[in-house]
Amino acid sequence: MTRSSLLGQRALALGIGMASIAVSLLLTALIILAVGASPLEVFNKVTEGIGLTPTGLDMVRFSGVVNFWIPLMFVCTGLLVTFTAGLWNIGVEGQMMFGAVCATWVAQEVFLPTVVQVPLEMLAAALGGAFWAALTGLLKTRGGVHEIFGGVAMNNLANIFSIYLISGPWGNQGGQATPPFRQETLLLPMSSEFRVSAVALILMAVVFGGIFLALSGTRWGLELKAQGHSQRSALLLGVPVERNVLLAMALCGFMAGLAGSVRVLFTYGNLRPLVSGGIGFLGLLVVLLTGTRALWAPPIAFFFAAILGGSTRLKIALQLDQSLAGVVQGILVLMVILANGVRGRLRGRHPAQAPEPSASLEAEEAAIHG
Amino acid sequence: MDSELARVLGSVVANATPLVIASLGETITERVGVINLSLDGSLQLAAMVAFVTAYASGNAMLGLAAGLIAGLLVALLILFSNIALRQDQVAVGFVLTLLAADLAQFLGQNYTRIPGPTFPTIPIPLLRDIPFLGTVFFNHNALVYFSFILLAATWFVMYRTRWGLALRAVGERPAAAFARGTNVTRTRYLYTAIGGALVGVAGASYSLAIKAGWANPAVMRGDGWIALAIVIFGGWHPLRVAFGAYLFTGLRALASTIQQTTEFPLVLVNAVPWVLMILTLLLVSSGLVERLMLLSPPWAQRLLRNFLRSAPPVALGTQFTRE
Repeated sequence: MTRSSLLGQRALALGIGMASIAVSLLLTALIILAVGASPLEVFNKVTEGIGLTPTGLDMVRFSGVVNFWIPLMFVCTGLLVTFTAGLWNIGVEGQMMFGAVCATWVAQEVFLPTVVQVPLEMLAAALGGAFWAALTGLLKTRGGVHEIFGGVAMNNLANIFSIYLISGPWGNQGGQATPPFRQETLLLPMSSEFRVSAVALILMAVVFGGIFLALSGTRWGLELKAQGHSQRSALLLGVPVERNVLLAMALCGFMAGLAGSVRVLFTYGNLRPLVSGGIGFLGLLVVLLTGTRALWAPPIAFFFAAILGGSTRLKIALQLDQSLAGVVQGILVLMVILANGVRGRLRGRHPAQAPEPSASLEAEEAAIHG
Repeated sequence: MDSELARVLGSVVANATPLVIASLGETITERVGVINLSLDGSLQLAAMVAFVTAYASGNAMLGLAAGLIAGLLVALLILFSNIALRQDQVAVGFVLTLLAADLAQFLGQNYTRIPGPTFPTIPIPLLRDIPFLGTVFFNHNALVYFSFILLAATWFVMYRTRWGLALRAVGERPAAAFARGTNVTRTRYLYTAIGGALVGVAGASYSLAIKAGWANPAVMRGDGWIALAIVIFGGWHPLRVAFGAYLFTGLRALASTIQQTTEFPLVLVNAVPWVLMILTLLLVSSGLVERLMLLSPPWAQRLLRNFLRSAPPVALGTQFTRE
């Protein structure tokens, strides 16, 4: 390929990328106008919510963004594994919630020094999440139930179970939440200004790095990629497909459980209904955008966390529903996916790779037939 | 004059209507080889659009039309990005599931919990007076009657007409259908549009009849996934799919009745649909049925196979390109 045509393609890709973002912003502005609000005012409130003020960065608000980013990155790390293996782990929300329930149980029932207590809570959450995910994996490998349906059902069951606990055995406060946890059971902020847990942040970085290396530099990572591309061929090549499916699911659930533990042990300090707050689904959107290019996950996740953190002020400041964050994120992802297609067409090349994990004929058939 | 049982069954028939319409719509879409995964979001969006339009215009029919268009547009977007832009149906469908639900919540935020126009109950003359059956089937709103007609029409078109043959051929063997002179792309667009429009009607039938009004979070949240599962349970056959929708609604009603007469915690009743979803999918997908069939006498085998056979359209979710 000549140098100029390569440059031309780069320019084309950049142009289409910019266009898709511009269209997303335009659509968002129209939607805001439709409910009778001012897009400019919304934009101001969102940037304010992120902590960007004329006088500089408001650290307290900025840490709100980081506190969405940390659990989101745990989830994305796990989802990179399942996406590589060609699995749609839609059940990640439920895995977060079940992890949070397990952490809550330890926080309420176990009394140990903080240095043992908190790791124990997080471990319980991770194992709980892994268990919840493995159930969905088993439904798929042994029961022939596609992980999308198994996952959706398990999400709802985890949510209902946590509501049951809150409104019954673990509840006070009229069924809104469990009582606040003891101070010794919580993750603590670094400072009163930068209200972020150092433990969670470091653990997140370590876990992400580890998974990145495992996926890109080991035989196992290659196996996952192979079966993500085509389960049947992977099987023929001697890849233990079923074991890898279960392992990938459990690993993702492990991360989701950690994300859930951060939500209860740091963000809220107690267990609430829908404690995952849509972060699991958001993780799926992030990984849809990055595909298997894992290094893109941190910045994209941060951008999405900023939208989420920024929009928390919309309700109080402008009486606007917070679902605007989801609208913006959804439109952006949709536009980028469509833009990929447009780019593929303009290039005139054969099928642009479908966003991972592509429901290839084999995978889909195998999944449905079991 | 009506027996208690007839009234209970009548309410099951009414309450099942959105599920029947949505899962029949999805059956049509999937039989032509396209997965519209967005159901859970598009039902909410259609319900909101239908309610707001009906509220603003004071006309329930206009609301229905608006809901129909909302469902149709979402479905077409999925297929367009698949056919023209070669993107994965499941990926786009998933994004639209979330996006449509959030859009419904955001755009509908000023219209929650207010009364609006609804479809009135229209007893059918004469038929209404048949004992028992009149109460169960002929004392409903227009959308319920529509679901009856839709069921018969879907079955008839799919299995007794040339159009239905083309529809099924495109979903099973698009290349062969193409070689036979069927326009695969056009057929897929047509039936995906019809299926999506039906999902829109289903959404509207919540907010304009079954659970009149609009609320945050939407009352029908989760039903889209149930409808998708019912299509699998029903083996992509319209009659069995509709049976699945009625059965499911009946069991849901039964669970809440049992709850009212026992100590069983109310919140856990909400788990029933999801447990049912897992169990029914296990039943049809795990090979359990085949094993049971081998154990049963031959006459029962044939019966079971006809009733529980469940194979998805071969080309479901795949792309067709002319080489």
